[in-house]
Amino acid sequence: MLGRKILRHGLFILATALLGGFLSATLVRLAPGFDSDEAQLDPHLSSASVQALRQARSDQHNIFLFYFHSLERAAHGDLGTSISLSQPVSTLLEQRIPLTLRLVAFGLLLSWAAVLALALSAAWMRAFAYDALATVLSGTLLCIPAAVLALLSVLWNVPGALAIALIIFPRDYRYTRNLLAKAYSLPHVLAARAKGISEARILFWHVVPVAGPQLLALAGVSVSLAVGAAIPVEALCGLAGVGQLAWQAALARDLPLLVNITVLVTLVTLLANSGADVIGDMWRGQRA
Amino acid sequence: MIWRRVACAVLLLVVGVSLAANWLAPAGYAKQYREAAGAPPSHEHWLGTDEIGRDRFARVLYGTRISLLLAPAAALLSTLMAALVGGLAGYLGGAWARSAMAVTDLFLSLPWLFLLITVRAMMPLNVSPVISVLVTFLLLGMLGWTAAARVLCATAGSLRDSDFVRQARASGVRGTRLFWVHVVPNLKPVLLAQFWISIPAFILSEANLGILGLGVAEPMPSWGSLLKELEGLVSVGEEPWKFVPLVLLVVVVTSFQLVLSKPDEVAA
Repeated sequence: MLGRKILRHGLFILATALLGGFLSATLVRLAPGFDSDEAQLDPHLSSASVQALRQARSDQHNIFLFYFHSLERAAHGDLGTSISLSQPVSTLLEQRIPLTLRLVAFGLLLSWAAVLALALSAAWMRAFAYDALATVLSGTLLCIPAAVLALLSVLWNVPGALAIALIIFPRDYRYTRNLLAKAYSLPHVLAARAKGISEARILFWHVVPVAGPQLLALAGVSVSLAVGAAIPVEALCGLAGVGQLAWQAALARDLPLLVNITVLVTLVTLLANSGADVIGDMWRGQRA
Repeated sequence: MIWRRVACAVLLLVVGVSLAANWLAPAGYAKQYREAAGAPPSHEHWLGTDEIGRDRFARVLYGTRISLLLAPAAALLSTLMAALVGGLAGYLGGAWARSAMAVTDLFLSLPWLFLLITVRAMMPLNVSPVISVLVTFLLLGMLGWTAAARVLCATAGSLRDSDFVRQARASGVRGTRLFWVHVVPNLKPVLLAQFWISIPAFILSEANLGILGLGVAEPMPSWGSLLKELEGLVSVGEEPWKFVPLVLLVVVVTSFQLVLSKPDEVAA
């Protein structure tokens, strides 16, 4: 059963990558200015040379052929060359991925630590004032654009990971608080309380196992949020990661680079979501 | 309940003031006062001037008008697209629903900001300011339908199997008539909810795009382009009047959240 689920997720990721790749290749191919080549404007070139240059790009006219050649090159690790930076896309990604991974991982860690601490204490204490304070805090953060939080982190000289944590926190907090509140109101928890079982035991034995799989799914979704938050944070904090690279590529209309980054990010978020889904299923299976 | 009323009043006030921008700031948003570039607040310029001498108060008013009028337009477009894709897919069911939801999942698997900047970059960046406004909000409308489509697909799917639709079908009502007369009117509450939810989300997305330089082009003001000014600040207390667009944006988005929230959520 679990094997089939993993296989289904794997096939979905593969299909998404192929379809996403095709859509991206189509967009790159159809984008204005794709056919223009500065080399053809060189006055020193003869008409035969210009014709030869055009001939060399002829395989790019057919979208399917263009996609097939792109796939073939990608299979050999060649993701094309960045137009704006004149460097291989794979080299650029290799240089930038570690920083983004670190930033996203620390951001997620900080955010989830705050989410769990606040949501658990709110659900545990059931004090109106505390809950209201946490809700107001998350509600206010939710109303501030991610890019402004990134700018404020630069102004206050706080690490980029904290900015990412502040961007993800309000989105995760609301769901987590509601999930835990719902789990705490279940009849078996009330019965455990009536029997005098300690709060810590209720939390770890009766609440977390119920809310766990859904919290895991939320953790998968928050990876996607964190990767999205990396764009404004890296761009505005001057951090040389994949988010900043995507932003620079967008400003320079460097489509080959941008499309490769987008496909890569899609795969990462799909993997995170599928991983969370499979682990959640295993958890549910163990409980059953 | 009182919070909802206050939020509604705030929204009406902000919309009203922004619509009166022509009377409150007749000089317009692009007029330069070169002798007063970068000036602090004064009687002539209530919020000071920007670094090229344009009145910040006028720009905030006009920017508010652009953001507050076009975000609902984008929300309407995205809701209509969601109704078309999600509503029809849910109503038809089977392979139609599966294919439509697979495409929706593909869109949803992309982080929103990545998708926005990728598609924005496909379009020319050196367009006229008015075109840039239209492109930005059209983009939001055309890419923001996916989450709503999922909800509408599920709702239309449950309506398809409901008793009254079965009865209508048994009475001989078929095809488009069944869809328009019996299904679509029952989707209205979900459509309205999705429309209202999309507005603050699009306001925030436009602000993010604007700060990153991929939104509305100069000299047109929008909340995004006005917030870009914060980039040049050295400290928060240095020129606090530059935070007015941010405060206004937070107040408006909070008001939307309060209007949309359930009474028990507000109490919590």
